[in-house]
Parts: sequence; C-alpha cells; structure tokens
Amino acid sequence: MTATLLEFWNGLPEDFRIPVLILLKIVAILVPLMLSVAYLTFAERKIIGYMQIRIGPQRVGPRGWLQPIADALKLLLKEIIVPANANRFLFLLAPVLSIGPALAAWSVMPFGHGMVLANVDAGLLFLLALTSMGVYGVIIAGWASNSKYAFLGAMRSAAQMVAYEIAMGFALVGALMAGGSLNLGKIVLAQQGGVLHWFWLPLLPLFFIYFISGVAETNRAPFDVAEGESEIVAGFHVEYSGMAFAVFFLAEYANMILISTLAAVLFLGGWLSPFEGTGWQAYVNWVPGTVWLLLKAAGFLFLFLWFRATFPRYRYDQIMRLGWKVFIPITIVWLFLEGFAILFHLQPWFA
Amino acid sequence: MLEGYLPVLMFIVVGLLVGSVAIMAGFVLGRRRPDPAKLSPYECGFEAFEDSRTKFDVRYYLVAILFIIFDLEIAFLFPWAVALHRIGVFGLAAMGLFLTILVVGFVYEWKRGALEWE
Repeated sequence: MTATLLEFWNGLPEDFRIPVLILLKIVAILVPLMLSVAYLTFAERKIIGYMQIRIGPQRVGPRGWLQPIADALKLLLKEIIVPANANRFLFLLAPVLSIGPALAAWSVMPFGHGMVLANVDAGLLFLLALTSMGVYGVIIAGWASNSKYAFLGAMRSAAQMVAYEIAMGFALVGALMAGGSLNLGKIVLAQQGGVLHWFWLPLLPLFFIYFISGVAETNRAPFDVAEGESEIVAGFHVEYSGMAFAVFFLAEYANMILISTLAAVLFLGGWLSPFEGTGWQAYVNWVPGTVWLLLKAAGFLFLFLWFRATFPRYRYDQIMRLGWKVFIPITIVWLFLEGFAILFHLQPWFA
Repeated sequence: MLEGYLPVLMFIVVGLLVGSVAIMAGFVLGRRRPDPAKLSPYECGFEAFEDSRTKFDVRYYLVAILFIIFDLEIAFLFPWAVALHRIGVFGLAAMGLFLTILVVGFVYEWKRGALEWE
C-alpha cells in the first residue's frame, strides 16, 4: 500500500505534486470539518434535550451516536422537489453558493503555529469577503423558489445578515488594528503572553458584538426570524427538500463552526495555551496548540446551543434596532478609543 | 507572490464541488415521483393567489443602500487599520474626519426614521 502510493508520488510530474499535496491537505481539513458538522447536530439535539430534561436521540446506535449518519442517509434518499414555478438553475445554484464560501473560508484558518493551508497576508480580508457571500445563497434561494414564504423569509434574512455584517466587519477591523496584520497567524501571535494579553480584554465590547453578530449572521436562535415557524414556516428554504435542503443545513452548521473558531482566533488567542505565563504552563506543555483552539471553538459552539435553548425569539424590529442603533454606534466609538490606545501604546497589549 | 493563493482558489473550487456533488447524489439516489400538487409552491391549502414576486417594503432597499455605504467604509478601514502604527496621529485624525462625515449621514437616516421597523 505505502509502496504503491510512493510509486504514484514519484511518477507524478513535478508540476502536479504541489496541487496534489494541496488537495490532500484540503481533504484533511474537510473530512474532520464534515464530521464536526454531523456531530454538532447530534450535540445540539442532545444538549438541548438535557436542558429541557429530555434524553434526546438515543435509538440509532449506542446511545444514539449513529443518529447523524442515519439523518444523512435519509436525506440522501429523499426526493429533491423543484417547484414547477421555480427558476430551476438558480434554485439548484443557491445551496451550492451558500456552502462554497462556508467551506472555502477554512483555507486561511491557522490551526497552530504555521499550521495553515494558505499563509496569505490578506487572510482576514478574504474571510470578510467570503462571509459576505453567504447572503447570495439566501436571496437567490428565496427568489428562485417563487413562493411567498420563501421570498419573505429571504428578504428578512438578507436584511438581517447585511445589518449584522456591518457590526461584524467593524469588530474585525478592531481585531485587525490590535493585531496590526491581516494575517490570522500574526494576529494570534500578537496575543502572546497569557489570558490577559488576549484581545478579548482590550476589545471587550467588540468581542461580544462579534459573537452576537455571528449568531445573527448564521440566522440562529434567538435571531432566527427567517424560519419563524409560526409565521413564515421555514423561511428561504421552505421549498427545498432532500439533499438540496441538506446542503443548506450543512452550510449553516459549517458557518457556526467557522464563526466560533474565528472568535477563538481573533479574541481568545487561537492556539495559544491559556496557562501561558503562569506556573501551570509546565504541566500542559505537551498539549498541542490545535487542542486549545478546538476547545475554545467548542466553548463558543456550546454557547450557540445554549442560546437556542434559553432565549425566546426576537421580534424583527428589535433585531434591526439592536443591529443598527446599538451595535454600530458602539463599534464606531470603540474603534476610536482603540485608535488612541494604540497611539499611546497602552500596555500590555499595544507595545 | 500570488502562489500563496493557489490553495485558496483550490479550496473555493472544492467547496463548490462538495455542494454540487451532494445535490447530484441526491438526484441520482433519491426517488422521483413528481405530480402537479407536489410541485406547486407552498401556500397553506390554497392555490397561489398571485405571483410571489410582488412588491415589497421599501425599507429593504434602504437597508441595502445603507449597507453598501457602511461596507465600503469597512473596506476603507482595513488598509488604514494595518498601517495605523505607521501613520500615527495624522492617520487617526484623517479617519476621524472621514467617519464623522459618515456618522452625520447616519444620524440623518436615524432621525428621518429609516431605521424604524414597527
């Protein structure tokens, strides 16, 4: 086996080796990501179950552990309905447009020191561009379905995503000012020195706004008016079924994981150990940085689920008020304060 | 300099492929039994009264326009933020002026009620 692989590798022309290597790395990122998405849905049902004093799924496999696999198989075998009045091409393009950016964003994510697929200097700009692409999937889906519920849901989610994207963009600018680079790896390295050196402290309001906007961006509870069951059923994807629906679903969960990991990278020191600079560090030196990153991201993911189990849904006008009238003014003011802090080299963050 | 972006490009292609292949697999493996009732657009128990692409609230346009302005501004802030430690007080003052002009417009929108959604 190894011998044949080696032979295949040596037989490859030089020009093909780099793309093949990149492809292998992409697979090495995507497979764990897809598994996380599958088991995030399981975790969601279990955790919310226990919060409501239920057990959650437990029939498929030992303690329900095969449930996500069963769900995926079921969706794979279902009929994909394309409504008669729908614009067929756009209808099928929309889910692809929503999952493409959600996955491609991982290409610039640093998993550890130097552990990044594309160590590019415009990483954060690329991420901002890709997260903005998500709104196309939503609005094209709503338009192409040619159904009133889908259309209304798409208008609502698009306006909401767009509003919170501004707050999120400002929060990203804050992290960027503090880190002094668009390269995510350098932003993490700028946070070295222990928990109090991470950017969550000097950027506290931006940190909260970033995460709350992330919840609103992914249309998750309590900002899930797009799929307010009581009024517009499932919102923009009401006409989707089978795999076409599953792709939207995958994109939503992949986006949740992306937002959580990004929050960890930008504000909680990414792969850096929380015990840095304390006497405890000697005991945890053996822990690889990626583990810290994944733990931090998992904490944020738990928050997503906790929010959903706890908060009632916001009304649409409340969502828009929070986005435009609270978050945007706060971020603008904080960017200014941060600008002064950087100019005056406020220790210990802005040396 | 641009070689660094090859993995990014490949990842975008792979991401789009994952979506397309999943949907194609759904078409191949899923059953297909279309009938007119199943293919009609969803509308609780009635035939659709009219085309769903109707007029919609003008506030959605307003949000879109405001979004363009603010998003452009974020695009301006990006290079400024990277270079802030080099351009110093002058840079901060210049961006302050720029943001002030924008905030005046924002306050105007606010007072005119463009952000009200009752």
